[in-house]
Amino acid sequence: MAHHGDHADTHADHDDHDHKPSGFFDRWFCGTNHKDIGTLYLLFSLLMFFIGGSMALVIRAELFQPGLQLVEPDFFNSMTTMHALVMIFGAVMPAFVGLANWMIPMMIGAPDMALPRMNNWSFWIMPFAFTLLLSTLFMDGGGPAGGWTLYPPLSIQGGNNVAFVIFAVHMMGISSIMGAINIIATILNMRAPGLDLLKMPVFVWTWLITAFLLIAVMPVLAGSVTMLLTDKYFGTTFFNAAGGGDPVMFQHIFWFFGHPEVYIMILPAFGVASEIIPTFARKPLFGYQAMVYATASIAFLSFIVWAHHMFTVGMPLGGQIFFMYATMLIAIPTGVKVFNWVATMWRGSMTFETPMLFAIAFVVLFTIGGFSGLMLAIVPADFQYHDTYFVVAHFHYVLVTGAIFSIMAAVYYWLPKWTGRMYNETLGKTHFWMSTITVNILFFPQHFLGLAGMPRRIPDYNVAFADFNMISSIGGFAFGLSQLLFAWLIIDTCFLKRGAKATSGVWEGAKGLEWTLPSPAPYHSFSTPPKIDDSVLAHGDVSH
Amino acid sequence: MKRQLGQLAGSGLALLVSTSVMANPERWQLNMTPGVTATSQDVYHLHMLILWVCVVIGILVFGAMFYAMFKFRKSKGAVPAKFTHSTTAEVIWTAIPILILLVMAYPATQTLLKVADTGNAELTVKVTGYQWKWRYEYLGQDVNFMSSLARNADEARQVGSGIDPNSVENYLLDVDHPLVIPTGIKIRFVITADDVIHSWWVPSLGWKQDAIPGFINEAWTQVDQPGTYRGQCAELCGKDHGFMPIVVVAKPRAEFDAWMAEQKAAKANPEAVAQSAPVVPVTKS
Repeated sequence: MAHHGDHADTHADHDDHDHKPSGFFDRWFCGTNHKDIGTLYLLFSLLMFFIGGSMALVIRAELFQPGLQLVEPDFFNSMTTMHALVMIFGAVMPAFVGLANWMIPMMIGAPDMALPRMNNWSFWIMPFAFTLLLSTLFMDGGGPAGGWTLYPPLSIQGGNNVAFVIFAVHMMGISSIMGAINIIATILNMRAPGLDLLKMPVFVWTWLITAFLLIAVMPVLAGSVTMLLTDKYFGTTFFNAAGGGDPVMFQHIFWFFGHPEVYIMILPAFGVASEIIPTFARKPLFGYQAMVYATASIAFLSFIVWAHHMFTVGMPLGGQIFFMYATMLIAIPTGVKVFNWVATMWRGSMTFETPMLFAIAFVVLFTIGGFSGLMLAIVPADFQYHDTYFVVAHFHYVLVTGAIFSIMAAVYYWLPKWTGRMYNETLGKTHFWMSTITVNILFFPQHFLGLAGMPRRIPDYNVAFADFNMISSIGGFAFGLSQLLFAWLIIDTCFLKRGAKATSGVWEGAKGLEWTLPSPAPYHSFSTPPKIDDSVLAHGDVSH
Repeated sequence: MKRQLGQLAGSGLALLVSTSVMANPERWQLNMTPGVTATSQDVYHLHMLILWVCVVIGILVFGAMFYAMFKFRKSKGAVPAKFTHSTTAEVIWTAIPILILLVMAYPATQTLLKVADTGNAELTVKVTGYQWKWRYEYLGQDVNFMSSLARNADEARQVGSGIDPNSVENYLLDVDHPLVIPTGIKIRFVITADDVIHSWWVPSLGWKQDAIPGFINEAWTQVDQPGTYRGQCAELCGKDHGFMPIVVVAKPRAEFDAWMAEQKAAKANPEAVAQSAPVVPVTKS
C-alpha cells in the first residue's frame, strides 16, 4: 500500500493491534466493526438512492407532457409505489442508521456498538429484503401498484407481488428494530464515564429518541401488513366490510406507524443540523436542553396526530378537531428548533463550507415544508389539499430538502474523519448549488399544481397542468444528474484519495469527542474511555 | 417565451389577489380556486389566511437568518459571541406561536363546523365509485346513471394514440353523463364505493370526500351560480385512477326540473314498451 507510510502517526496503522479481519469476505460480509457496517449501510443507501431516483425519473418523464407517451398506467403506479418504498426504507432510513453506526460510538467515547453481531445481521437483512421487493417488478403482473401506503382493498388486488412486498416489509422492520435496539443499548451502556445523558451531542439524543420510535411503531406496521396478508391469502376480512371488517381501520393502524415514521426520518436530520451549525458558526448550540426537550415533545406528539393523513375518510367531527389541534401543536417544538438554529448563527463567526451550506439549505427548505405541513393540518383547507400535488410538494420538501439534504450535509461534514482525506470543496459546492437550485425547480411548482387541482398519483393530466409539470420534470432530471457529482465526489475522496490529508479536528470550530480522534478514525474508536472535559463538548454550556 | 412569462406574471397576480370565479383549472394557475359555494369561499379565505401567516413568519425567520449570514461572517472579521441560551427569548418564541395557532384554530373550527352540517338538505344524491367510473343516483327520484370518461379523451389517452391532448376539449376532465344539480338549494351527497376506495372531488365545491366500500360518507353543497364544474377522483384506485373525472352541471331550478322530468320519461318509456310487448317464453332446445 503506497499510502501506508503517509499517516504512520495515526492509530489506524497499528494493524497489529486492531485485529481488523484480513480477508475481503471476512471484513465486509462477516465483520462486526461499527465503522465497516456504517460504511455498508451508507453505500447501500446510496445505491438505493439511485435506484429510487431512476424510478422518480420514469415518473417525471411520463409527466413531462400530457398524454401517455412512455409507460402504461399500471407500470406508472408501480413506479410511484416502489419509488416511495425504496426511498423511505432503502435510502433515507439506512443512511441514518449508517451515520448512527459510524458516529455514535465515536461521539460517546465507546470502542464499538454494544451488540456488534446483531449489527451485522441487521444490515445483511436489508439487501435480501430489497432484492425481494425489487424482484416483483420482473414478475408476472408486475410490482405493487397500490401506493406505498398499501391501502386495502386496492393493495390486495395485486398479484403475487403482495406476498413478496409484505415479506420484504417484515424483513425491513426486523432490521430496523434490531438496529434500534443496538443504538439504545449502545447509548445507554457504552458512554464514557462522565458523559451524562444531558451532555450527549444532540445527534446522539435525536437518535436515542428515534430508536424508541422505531421500536414502538415497526411492530405496528408488521401487524397491519400481516392482516393484509391473511385477508388476501387466508380468507380473513379485517379490512373488508362485507365480512365485518373496515378498510379505514387499516389506514388508522398504518398511520399510527406512518406518522412516527415521518419523524424517524427527520429527527436524526435535526441532530445533524445541530452538530454542523455550531461548528461553522464557531459558537455553541443555542438552548441545548430546549433542543433535547423539543425533540422529545415532537416524538410524543407524533403518536397522537396520525389521522391528519386521512381527514377525508369521514371521521367524526370531534376526531377531526382533535387531530387538527394536536397537529398544529407540533409547530411549537419545531419552531423552537428552527429559532434555536437561527440563534446559534446569530453573532457567530460563520464560514460556508459545503456541510454548512447543506445545513442552512436544510433549515430554510425544511421550514418551507413545515409551513405547508401547518397548512395541511387545517382540516377544511386539507379537504382541498388532500391527495393533490400540494401534498407531494410538502413531503418532498421535508424528505428531500429535509432528510436527504441533512444526510448529504452529514456526509460532507464527517467524510474527512472517515477517510482521512478532505473532499474536493469546489466540487462539493458545485454539487450543493446545483442540487439546491434544481430541487426547487423540481418541487416548488408542484405546490401550484396541487392548488390548481391536480391529484397526485396520476399518469396523465389535463393540459392546464402541462406547463408546471414540464418545469418540474426539467428540474427533476437536472436534480438527478446533479447527484452523479455527489457519487463522483465520494469515489474521488474515498477511493482515489486525491484530497489533502485531514487533521484530527478537520474543521476549525468542530467540538465533540469524534474530533479528538485522528483522521481517519482508528478501527476501534476508543479502546480506552476518554476523559470528559465539558469544554470540548459541542454545546459548551451543558446546564441549559 | 416572453409572452408566456408575461402571462404567468399577470395570471399569477390576478390569482393571488382576485376572488373571481374560476371553475376549472387554467394554465399557469398558481393558487386554489375560491370556488362557487359559500363553504368553498370560506375554505379559500382560510387557506389565504394561513398562507399569509406562513409568509410573514417566513420573512421574519429567513430574514434574520440571511441577515446573520451576511453580518456575522468570519471573512468580515466577526468574533463569535459566547452566549448559549436566553430564557426570555425561548419563552417568547414558544408563546408567540401558541397565540398565532389560536388565531388560526378559531376560523378553522368555525369553517369545519359549517362543512360538517349536512342537515336540512332538499335533495340527496348518492355517489358510488367504481373502477373506474361514478354512479349518480337521485334518492327518491328513481333516476340513476353511470358517468365515465368522455370517449374522445379515452381514445386520446391511450399509449401511442397519436392524438394530441391539446386537441381534445377538457381533456380528462369531461364525462359522457355529467351530474346535474339545481342551483340555490342545499344538496346532500351520500358517498360510497363498490370495489376499492375512491374520493369524490370537485375543487369548485371546496371539499373532497372518500368513497369507501361498505361505508357511507356524507357531504353537502349549495351552488348558486349555474355552470359546469370539473374534478377528478382523488384517491388512488388502480390503473385508471387518472381517468375517472367528475363533471357537475348546475342548472337553475326550472331547467333542472325539466331535465329531471326528461330523465324520468326516458326511464319510463322503455318500461312501457316492455310491458306491452308479448312475453316470449324461453324454450329449451
